Amino acid sequence: MGIILSIIIVTLCSAILVGLVKEAWKSNVALVAVLVNGVLSTCIAVPVLLNVPFDYSFYAGNVFGQIPVRVDSLSGWFILLMNFTILTGILYGRLYMKHYENQSANLSLHFASYIIIHFAMIGIYCVQNSFAFLCVWEMMAITSFILIIFEYHKMETLKAGINYLIQSHISIMFMTIGFVWVNSYTGSFDFNAVNEYTTSVSPSISFVLFLVFFIAFAIKAGFVPFHTWLPYAHPAAPSHVSGVMSGVIIKLGIYGILRTLLLINGDYLTTGYFIIVVSVITGVYGVMLAIIQHNIKKLLAYHSIENIGIIGIGIGLGCIGLGLNNSYLAFAGFAGAMLHTLNHSLFKSLLFYCAGTVYQATHTLEIEQLGGLIKRMPHTATLFLIAALAICGLPPFNGFISEFLIYSGLFRGIADGELSSTTFLVVCVLGLVIIGGMAMLCFTKAFGIIFLGTERHHQNATIEETSVSGLTPKYLIAVMIVLIGVIPQFFVTVVSRPASLFTGSSIIEYKPLEIIDTLSFISISAIGLILLSAIIFWTKKIASARAHVVEAPTWGCGYVAPTARQQYTANSFVRSFRKLVHGLLMMNKNENEMIGVFPNAVHSETHPYDKMEKTFIDVPLKHLKGFMGVFRFLQNGNPQFYILYGVVFIFLILTLPYLMNIILFLNELLKQI
Amino acid sequence: MNILSLILIIFASLFFTGIIIRTKSFFSGRKGPGIFQPLKDIWRLFRKGAVYSQTSSFIFQVAPSIYFASVLMAIFLIPFGNQPGIISFNGDFIFFAYALALGRFFIIISALDTGSSFEGMGASREALYSLLVEPAFFILMGSFALLTGNTSFYEIFSLLHFGSYTSYAVGALAALVLVIIALIENSRMPVDDPKTHLELTMVHEVMILDNSGFDLGLILYATNLKFAMYGTLIANFFLTPGNEWYYSIIIFAVTQTTFAVTVGAVESFMARFRMNHNPQYIFVITSISLLIFLGVLLLLGKII
Repeated sequence: MGIILSIIIVTLCSAILVGLVKEAWKSNVALVAVLVNGVLSTCIAVPVLLNVPFDYSFYAGNVFGQIPVRVDSLSGWFILLMNFTILTGILYGRLYMKHYENQSANLSLHFASYIIIHFAMIGIYCVQNSFAFLCVWEMMAITSFILIIFEYHKMETLKAGINYLIQSHISIMFMTIGFVWVNSYTGSFDFNAVNEYTTSVSPSISFVLFLVFFIAFAIKAGFVPFHTWLPYAHPAAPSHVSGVMSGVIIKLGIYGILRTLLLINGDYLTTGYFIIVVSVITGVYGVMLAIIQHNIKKLLAYHSIENIGIIGIGIGLGCIGLGLNNSYLAFAGFAGAMLHTLNHSLFKSLLFYCAGTVYQATHTLEIEQLGGLIKRMPHTATLFLIAALAICGLPPFNGFISEFLIYSGLFRGIADGELSSTTFLVVCVLGLVIIGGMAMLCFTKAFGIIFLGTERHHQNATIEETSVSGLTPKYLIAVMIVLIGVIPQFFVTVVSRPASLFTGSSIIEYKPLEIIDTLSFISISAIGLILLSAIIFWTKKIASARAHVVEAPTWGCGYVAPTARQQYTANSFVRSFRKLVHGLLMMNKNENEMIGVFPNAVHSETHPYDKMEKTFIDVPLKHLKGFMGVFRFLQNGNPQFYILYGVVFIFLILTLPYLMNIILFLNELLKQI
Repeated sequence: MNILSLILIIFASLFFTGIIIRTKSFFSGRKGPGIFQPLKDIWRLFRKGAVYSQTSSFIFQVAPSIYFASVLMAIFLIPFGNQPGIISFNGDFIFFAYALALGRFFIIISALDTGSSFEGMGASREALYSLLVEPAFFILMGSFALLTGNTSFYEIFSLLHFGSYTSYAVGALAALVLVIIALIENSRMPVDDPKTHLELTMVHEVMILDNSGFDLGLILYATNLKFAMYGTLIANFFLTPGNEWYYSIIIFAVTQTTFAVTVGAVESFMARFRMNHNPQYIFVITSISLLIFLGVLLLLGKII
């Protein structure tokens, strides 16, 4: 109780304090508040992961009643990974926000929201009362909206923010439907009521209930086709917010799905198949669109969708494992999914922070305009490279470990599976491999075009590396990325605790040992890979120490006056891929024709657009608008009419019982006749 | 004895490209260079100085080393018949594929590092083709995981029993897939022509236009190693357990030589595909590996 109370007090005081102090101090207040809240919530999370349950319930007035605060190892895991990214986010955000120091009120609002969203997320992970849960979720939705629209004077930012606000409330609506549904049968707001209710009904009904919750959380997490808010919100937000949003806030959706799976007692096999199908589509579609994006933050946003797909494949695999009673499969799936959640929060936040640094140095997010930054910003480039390698799932970095867990589960499932599940899992392997390959195409493009070669566009500003304090949080993340890649045993042992919530605790005694054993070999191989590279590089240094080394221009195949404009561009790098899958993509081309023998100057523009967004959002919205347009005459601008509508409405409400009676009476009369 | 496969692969890599070149010169009616000529070239490169592009950064300097290390790491995982590789664990073929991918990532970005439009073009193609090749390998390994019930190179190969006719068909198809994968990974005909003189039509060779000296030597020798590595994988299909190791080594030598001669013959009699036909061709091997998967299902009696 003491911890919860102190978290609430710290949040309230610091949120108020942010408004009172000078501009330069606001970020420090936020930092201290996040640090204190982080330490306090870690104090809850760590014992839970060491198997000391935290179960508490307090009385919160007449409205809420008893609020159970139950923290299990699943919540503990998510609290820990959230705290890390939130902390690096504010460390980086402090510097990022230095550029906006003249906007005092705006900054207060921003940092206060940052403190409150941290609190709200701790709440989401802790409370197990649906009413309280909806409240903290709403708090999170509103504050993240405020964080996104920091640059509210830009029309695009505002639009993206409102888009996000609407979609997150659709998510809340579905959640409310789910909770009200359960409440109407059980009369309880406690999460355990969901479990009780679903054990009493048939599996198909509990699957429908699962679907309702799944849609709610899928909107948050960004599963296709509920992903459309992501690519707008991420580029619009300041970079540290995008990093936190992609790293932590969308993971609330993953947490929600995992929590729902724990609570809902249904047919795991069907659920697993369903989740896997959605996830494979999400992963492949996300990365496919990421490849054709040339705005770096938009590209990263689509990659978040892809990674949510990978996490989803893990969750689905785990469910299938539960359905088939295959404990190895279940463990590999859930542990892989949860570890990938951590991994993604690390490398994605690092990528966003680097993108932010690039943006502040060059004032552009367009990949095509950048180039050669590695010479001006070697640290940022190296950090971006580490994160890019990690996101492609390459050893010896962390992305490989979680993907390996999922792969090994898939292959084990294939090795001892039934016909239906085997065929299914092979398709999953296919999906995962293609996702990996496309991620590589995308990140060789992103890294190669942004940081390598020479400047593609003349930059007015002098581009410099950021300060040491700007690099510290990034190096912190990079160290974590390498640590997980090199000593995965430790992290998988930690994640085996929340994973055993799903698989049953008996498994933790002997089964993960096998995986830990495998992982220690991976650890050796990863270290071996690093050492081998170092040895070979060193050998080269020695062998060519006395050799004649010169610098010369790049070999232009005989052409001696190459310019920066002749370099390969991002668009041309992915052209052959784009042509290959053009049926699935949508490119809006804007081009005027060439006329005459000596043609005029021609301007050509291409904008990639989301085909799913067109089909699932734009077209239905257009029809809805058309239908609503019929009633436009009601909206005539005359106050008298509006008062009339009110009166008519009140009259109808009042006379409704009478009207019902009259109808019933007439009905009876007709029957008698 | 676990080091046996490493020794054999390195030994085979010494001859491999030499045999290819001799085969090609035989078919074109030339006398051709000696069998160790490619090695001599590499040795000379190792002792030479280097020219680095002014545009390039440290990426360009470290990439060849990492590429070579990744190939070596992949070789460490390859078993030899009933001898495991230096490192062997469940799911090691996943690490195998991803280690190779790491090397490829670095070669691609080192090509982009030079800022040359030709090298960018090669990088783009390499990234696309490797994306298309990878599913075939994974489905292939998935099929054998299903067939043997195991998920490591060593266990899969030591448990692979050839009994019925279908299993021979599966084995032959798998060897075919691996040959094609090796050809694509090493950028040989019919996907890429290493001996062409027009940079516009190259894939791998154009990416390493700017590499010179020790770096170029590393990259060229890595190609030899990769050939020998895939040759060993193919040989593993035929090294059935129970055979003594001296039989195995003969089978190994025969397989590697046949593989090298096949590559040489393919290069002598086939023309390179048009660039935009390559993706279709590469997709074909994915469908062959799906066929293998179906064959395995048949073998296990899961569908009938």
